[in-house]
Amino acid sequence: MWDRNQMAARAAMELEDGTYVNLGIGIPTLVPNFIPEGVTVTLQSENGMLGMGPFPIAGEEDADLINAGKQTITEVAETAYFDSATSFGMIRGGKIAMAILGAMEVAQNGDLANWMIPGKLVKGMGGAMDLVAGVGRVVVVMDHTNKHGVSKLIPACTLPLTGKGVVDRVITNLGVLDVVEGGLKIVELAEGVTEDELRSATEATIVD
Amino acid sequence: MKKIYGSASEALDGILFDGMKIAAGGFGLCGIPELLLAAIRDAGTKELTFASNNAGVDDFGIGILLQTRQVKKMISSYVGENAEFMRQYLSGELELEFTPQGTLAERMRSAGCGIPGFYTRTGVGTVIAEGKEEKVFNGETYILEEGIYADLSIVKAWKADESGNLVFRKTARNFNPPAAMCGKVCVVEVEEIVPTGSLDPDSIHLPGVYVHRIIQGDHEKRIEQRTTRAA
Repeated sequence: MWDRNQMAARAAMELEDGTYVNLGIGIPTLVPNFIPEGVTVTLQSENGMLGMGPFPIAGEEDADLINAGKQTITEVAETAYFDSATSFGMIRGGKIAMAILGAMEVAQNGDLANWMIPGKLVKGMGGAMDLVAGVGRVVVVMDHTNKHGVSKLIPACTLPLTGKGVVDRVITNLGVLDVVEGGLKIVELAEGVTEDELRSATEATIVD
Repeated sequence: MKKIYGSASEALDGILFDGMKIAAGGFGLCGIPELLLAAIRDAGTKELTFASNNAGVDDFGIGILLQTRQVKKMISSYVGENAEFMRQYLSGELELEFTPQGTLAERMRSAGCGIPGFYTRTGVGTVIAEGKEEKVFNGETYILEEGIYADLSIVKAWKADESGNLVFRKTARNFNPPAAMCGKVCVVEVEEIVPTGSLDPDSIHLPGVYVHRIIQGDHEKRIEQRTTRAA
């Protein structure tokens, strides 16, 4: 079974050299720690920045320089800034190759739910709906089951959708699955996980 | 025509009215028009609708107008980090129109460009699409979103020249240009007003045609999440 860092490391293997990528909050923020040698990607922050650097050292925080999670960050040599309309223009326009993001539920047809639990505190979708509708490829990184042990990979989402048929690949603590015609296809098993274990933890249809 | 005013209150004089719609720049607490928001609180204008990506925190940003119950409705993409907002929303005192972040930015930009509506894939198949016109282009479904026409734009820039040309700084640009474009009147607060001619004309982020009134002031520029790494 993979831990958070191993899931992030596996997600980093999805990155293609020379592309522009958007990372969501949670485990995806660990992905830059594992970018493979020889691969250079430019990170987009949807509040208006390409070329996102690491957190600043203490004392060098700048109130005018934050990421989409409102954390203080730094710029790098190729950094460019722009307004929110331009930022989502490049997202909607398909210029951002991939988004790696977390999820509450993924359905076997690629439906994604990650913004709202009815009856609970609703904070909003932020830029998630725009990202999943616009980027070239959507990779979800999440635990395979919720804290009650219930599968998060299901036949149909029960929560309000963020996007319909938008997910391409899911990386969980148990392995890697692709959304294909008719269901999910196992691409890879995490270390120490058997195919039977992954199948029994998955409510969604798995196709061969 | 002179665009520079002495204070936020003077710059808003004669513009504010109860029930008006205001487009505000900023993302989280970054690049928000904090001085103009304080002046609107002091003016006591009520029943306000705000188009703003966020609603600030309890004691800063639009949060200060929630405390005084001056806000009737928010058009936003994300409203976490604000307990008073949630209390008013859950008790039905405050209306909320959730709009995806990119759709919100484009609703402002397009209105400012004279485009009353546009089709987008964002939100297709979700609650956001309910009640909206759908149209298929090249085999893909899109929904119709409408521009936001505001009575007033309030924005924060880094520098302005005396003619109203604006320069923003780093990610504090965010929603400020689209918010500035969609209002009948645009009031801007800046950290520094410089003489006309001293900004590089090729490096203006928002031309003065969009800017009607300018004030200079001291900004708190509060940091919402101070994250650092080891030196």
